[in-house]
Amino acid sequence: MPSSDRARELAPTRSPRTSAWFAAGSFVAVAAAQAYSVATSPAEGDMGHLQKIMYVHVPAAWMTFLAFFVVLVFSLKYLWRKDENDDLIAASAAEVGALFNGLTLVLGMIWGRPTWGVWWAWDARLTSTLVLFMIFVGYLALRGFVEDPQQRARWSAAVGIIGAINVPIVYMSVMWWRTLHQQPSSAATLDPAYTMGLRLNAIAFLLVLIYFIRWRYEIARLERAGERAAEVAAMGGHLA
Amino acid sequence: MALRDDWRRVRAIVRKDLTTELRAKSGFNSVASLGVTILILLGLALGPDAQALRDAAVGAVWLALLFSGVLAFNRSFQMELESGALDALLLYPGPRWTIFAGKLLGNLVFLSLMALIVVTAGIVFFNVPIPAGWPSLVGVLALGVLGLSVLGTFYASMASRSRAREVLLPLLLFPMLVPVLLAAVTASKAILGADLMHESGPWIRLLAAYDLIFLIATFIAFEHVIES
Repeated sequence: MPSSDRARELAPTRSPRTSAWFAAGSFVAVAAAQAYSVATSPAEGDMGHLQKIMYVHVPAAWMTFLAFFVVLVFSLKYLWRKDENDDLIAASAAEVGALFNGLTLVLGMIWGRPTWGVWWAWDARLTSTLVLFMIFVGYLALRGFVEDPQQRARWSAAVGIIGAINVPIVYMSVMWWRTLHQQPSSAATLDPAYTMGLRLNAIAFLLVLIYFIRWRYEIARLERAGERAAEVAAMGGHLA
Repeated sequence: MALRDDWRRVRAIVRKDLTTELRAKSGFNSVASLGVTILILLGLALGPDAQALRDAAVGAVWLALLFSGVLAFNRSFQMELESGALDALLLYPGPRWTIFAGKLLGNLVFLSLMALIVVTAGIVFFNVPIPAGWPSLVGVLALGVLGLSVLGTFYASMASRSRAREVLLPLLLFPMLVPVLLAAVTASKAILGADLMHESGPWIRLLAAYDLIFLIATFIAFEHVIES
């Protein structure tokens, strides 16, 4: 490999300073959106101020689905073009998606305990979010157990796509399963007093999501470059 | 006739797999025994109240099928890994999907026979009365076993070649099978309860759609999984 190629491979796609500004900006946006929504939203009739968990719980849930969509798109793109970077983006999105998914579940439980009286209910949305988390975990476990980078990329792309196809089917089946037994606790349509706060928080969370995926992607690229350098070193300095 | 040639390839793989199983019956016997053992353990854990057992019967049978099925799928590809059999299989001319189709049909036969044993054991141990609508019960079982085999075969083709096949396959497969489990269990329960509300219909259609969607998806994806 010519040295210029290797230098390009190791170079981050954005300068560290831009990344730092983006990181700071996205966290400031979260803080500002939280402050705005907590300050402006009135206490809700039944839940009182507990309703404010919505401003972290709901955006986290949206980001989970968005992250899975990124996994789907870049998995398809990888199988189509076989560009390793697409695989690394899909993997980064899966990891960040799993984080937001876990956050959604935990925040939902914290909200559910005082409002419903239970930590967990086998409600359609809760259950399908949990199954989605399990699909993410399987995807990440697969990546951990396959060494050959190309095989790992092809297999995880296939698992990502098949998993994404299953998400609406899981949701539908869990919804039927619940409705045939008892009506799922329906969320009241959102009062206009809360929509602005929710929208702002969604945008702020989106910035954090982008920042996390980018950051994880840079690390993944460095990891791959390190793996390749180790391969070259094992070959005695020559690429096979 | 290219399609006839492909079909002959599929049949050759099925015949090869079934012959191997038939000559060394220990594989089938031990996997089926495990299925029945899981069923007995569930009976002990949930019993001895007769009504509680009868209510749990369908779920217990499906869990036994899922857990023992995982072993069957891994076995079917593990055989190919010994002495590089899979590489030889890939060297043969012809499209790759025939390998998947052959493996899938082999697993389907294996799992159907196993399901026969596990379901019979379930009826006996959990004291389930056979309802008048039993043919639709068999239909639900067949659709469920098909869905289980399609995704099981597909994921085993990867998991069995990874470093941690024992844990990886169930980790990948079980979340994917949530719709199969829900549909098969709910439809079977409805049929066992005489299905007065006609609940089983939508579930059977969901199962059929699931099977069709993932049959197509896995046949397409297999080409990418197997290429080496």
